[in-house]
Amino acid sequence: MNAATTPVAEVGMSISERGPSPRTVIVGYGFWLFLLSDIILFSALFAAYAVLSGRTADGPSGALLFHRDSVLIETGCLLLSSFTCAMMSLAIEFRRKDWMLLGAGLTLALGAAFLWLELTEFGAMLAHGAGPDRSAFLSAFFALVGMHGLHVSLGLGWLVVMMAQVFTLGWRAMVRDRLACFALFWHALDIVWIGVFTIVYLGAR
Amino acid sequence: MFGRLTWDAFPVHDPIPLFAAGFVLLVLAGVLLLVTVKGWWPTLWRDWITSVDHKRVGVMYVLLALVMLVRGFIDALMMRSQLALAAGHAPGYLPPAHYDQIFSAHGTIMIFFVGMTFMVGLMNFAVPLQIGARDVAFPVLNSVSFWLTAAGVLLVNVSLVVGEFARTGWLAYPPLSELAFSPGVGVDYYLWALQISGVGTLLSGINLTTTILKMRTPGMGYSRMPIFTWTALASNLLIIAAFPILTATLGMLLLDRYLGFHFFTNEAGGNAMMYVNLIWAWGHPEVYILILPAFGIFSEVIATFSGKPLFGYRSMAIATMAICMLSFMVWLHHFFTMGAGADVNGFFGIATTIIAVPTGVKIFNWLFTLYGGTLRFETPLLWAIGFIVTFVVGGASGVLLAIPPADFQLHNSLFLVAHFHNVIIGGVVFGAFAGYTYWFPKAFGFRLHDGLGKAVFWCWFIGFWLAFLPLYALGLMGATRRMQHYPETGWQPFMVVALVGALVILAGIVLTGVQLVVSVRARERLRDANGDPWDGRTLEWATRSPPPAWNFGVLPQVSGLDEFWEAKRCNGGALVAARGEGARPLQVPRPSALGVVLAFFAFVAGFALVWHILWLAGLALSCIVVACLLRAWQTEHEVELNAADIAGRDGARP
Repeated sequence: MNAATTPVAEVGMSISERGPSPRTVIVGYGFWLFLLSDIILFSALFAAYAVLSGRTADGPSGALLFHRDSVLIETGCLLLSSFTCAMMSLAIEFRRKDWMLLGAGLTLALGAAFLWLELTEFGAMLAHGAGPDRSAFLSAFFALVGMHGLHVSLGLGWLVVMMAQVFTLGWRAMVRDRLACFALFWHALDIVWIGVFTIVYLGAR
Repeated sequence: MFGRLTWDAFPVHDPIPLFAAGFVLLVLAGVLLLVTVKGWWPTLWRDWITSVDHKRVGVMYVLLALVMLVRGFIDALMMRSQLALAAGHAPGYLPPAHYDQIFSAHGTIMIFFVGMTFMVGLMNFAVPLQIGARDVAFPVLNSVSFWLTAAGVLLVNVSLVVGEFARTGWLAYPPLSELAFSPGVGVDYYLWALQISGVGTLLSGINLTTTILKMRTPGMGYSRMPIFTWTALASNLLIIAAFPILTATLGMLLLDRYLGFHFFTNEAGGNAMMYVNLIWAWGHPEVYILILPAFGIFSEVIATFSGKPLFGYRSMAIATMAICMLSFMVWLHHFFTMGAGADVNGFFGIATTIIAVPTGVKIFNWLFTLYGGTLRFETPLLWAIGFIVTFVVGGASGVLLAIPPADFQLHNSLFLVAHFHNVIIGGVVFGAFAGYTYWFPKAFGFRLHDGLGKAVFWCWFIGFWLAFLPLYALGLMGATRRMQHYPETGWQPFMVVALVGALVILAGIVLTGVQLVVSVRARERLRDANGDPWDGRTLEWATRSPPPAWNFGVLPQVSGLDEFWEAKRCNGGALVAARGEGARPLQVPRPSALGVVLAFFAFVAGFALVWHILWLAGLALSCIVVACLLRAWQTEHEVELNAADIAGRDGARP
């Protein structure tokens, strides 16, 4: 809490009467709201997947198409990248550019590995004629998993930009707020992926 | 090179769109010429287009809504006149393909670009002032939201000239909206326009929610927020929760149309009813997104012009949040005829009728506020009373439609059309005009002409009943909606009365323009000298009119509901400064061209995608990325004000 921008709280005053929050809190709060809206976007895609997952139109089913071992490695990459992302956040707390660079680099590498595995999976499915135009099930699959993959790609781009910002602009509040938002975003993608892994891959029939 | 865009896309042989396009281009050219001749470009660019001041953004939203009201209303007039003519063997003057585009455009424009735009504009303008904030949480994002909405508007209007608009109705149900049955570009225009403006709306919802929850002035706890702020909070929470569903649903339809997916197609296991469920999971909350701020406006107006505090403030806030929750539990009542079975229909029928309870609480609170009040029949109060009368009837016909067996008879009939116009015109449009008249002096420093304002109200009020009572009757006689002609000549007299009603509303719309011109010319006489023209109750009336860019030089300390009213009673209208205020320098956000630049490229990308011009879409998206990156490296976001700027900064009042 920044004392200069927070009015002195009176004893017994209700939290809602304390006056405007500091900038960092406002930025973080707004980004939380965005993440909630993003999760609702995903829940619409999950709902569509739930409705259409059995509609294979005599095409291949999930049990036939998915390779759980490679998806497990994919999941490991993404979960581990959340850990390295948290390490990066700690490095930012201590204003250590070297450790931040390491955390961000590892996050980038793990995220890229996740994407590469995912694209390989997509590529193999397309090669076997199991593309999104094959059946409603595959449409829902490609839209849901692809939307998550799109988010991961955008996250990777964002992280590259943030690394450049740390090195050109330094540790100013603006940059730190953005890094905090990035971390929230990255962890949220993990949560979504847990849903994808459970419902799509483990739940494949 | 130009994808599917060829010269055939231009309506050189079709007199109606050609005339309309020529007229619009002429008006546009006239405006641009005027601005150039008068040398207004620098001011326009600096003070409006790149402005990130929430008041100016709000004003631009409202202006956009008024312009689109004219466009959407012309569509309505064309439909009403077609139906007044096309009885028996008469074909009328609009061929079916054109008529279908008109009702689709009318619905899309009126909901997204009039109702939404108007309400978002009023919330943008009034909410920060009401909660004692200096701006919204993210001022530049606010400008981006507005311009994205404008880009969507532009895309819909371009479809008038280049190509066609959807012929699918305002919700574009598949399988009709799928490529197999709508191969033209109409549905694509619809989809991209709504996707672009939908992003703007979502960002605006996040922005205003953050503003309300995190930026209230010291002392303004939740139980002291003005009721309009409460309804704005509920409405923006609904935007955050509902608009992503719209984005996802329209996204799925886009994937079907562009990449051969099978979400809603008839083949390969697609499920069209899933679209109907998803779109109404957004669509029902949407009607509350529209109506809740209107409820808030009426609450402010009724309390102000009754000269007493709002009756049942707490119950009003609770009812607002109850409606906010319930609005997500009733979507299926839009398609009882889907065949979900008696249990499901029964559940949704009951859930729907339950919404009448908190709404009834509100109606009684308004009536009890009026009761025993010192009423001043200024224009905003007329709108509010007209609303109570009209909305109760619309609500009652809604409860009737909520009963599944009755709905089976009335589904997709003109009775339904009459019902939702009854609540949307009687609620949202009346609320928008009440808010427009109420806050106009705050925005511009002078009141709107009173007599003309009342004339506008009476035109809308009488015109509404003339236009829609016949439709209730016609619906009961079996007339369906979206009907281009009808064999039953006995319906014609009702249709003619409805046309007369529409013409009376037309007079109201023309008078709105006249009122604006007359008021601007008589602005010295209508001047709002002390910032409080209506003897208001809430903080926005404690600022001068128009308020300075930073709203409050010193943030006020709030100690109760209706803070300004109390201050006027006990303190001569002077607000108490919050502790520690006044010592720090004041900063206002710099103007930013980001919004207009992003929206321009978003429009280009949308247009390119409609016509499958892939290189142009890629180029426009790259430009968006570059603009965002340039913005990311900008470090000076605020201007510090010097002493001359803020002379008299403690005096919120002059």
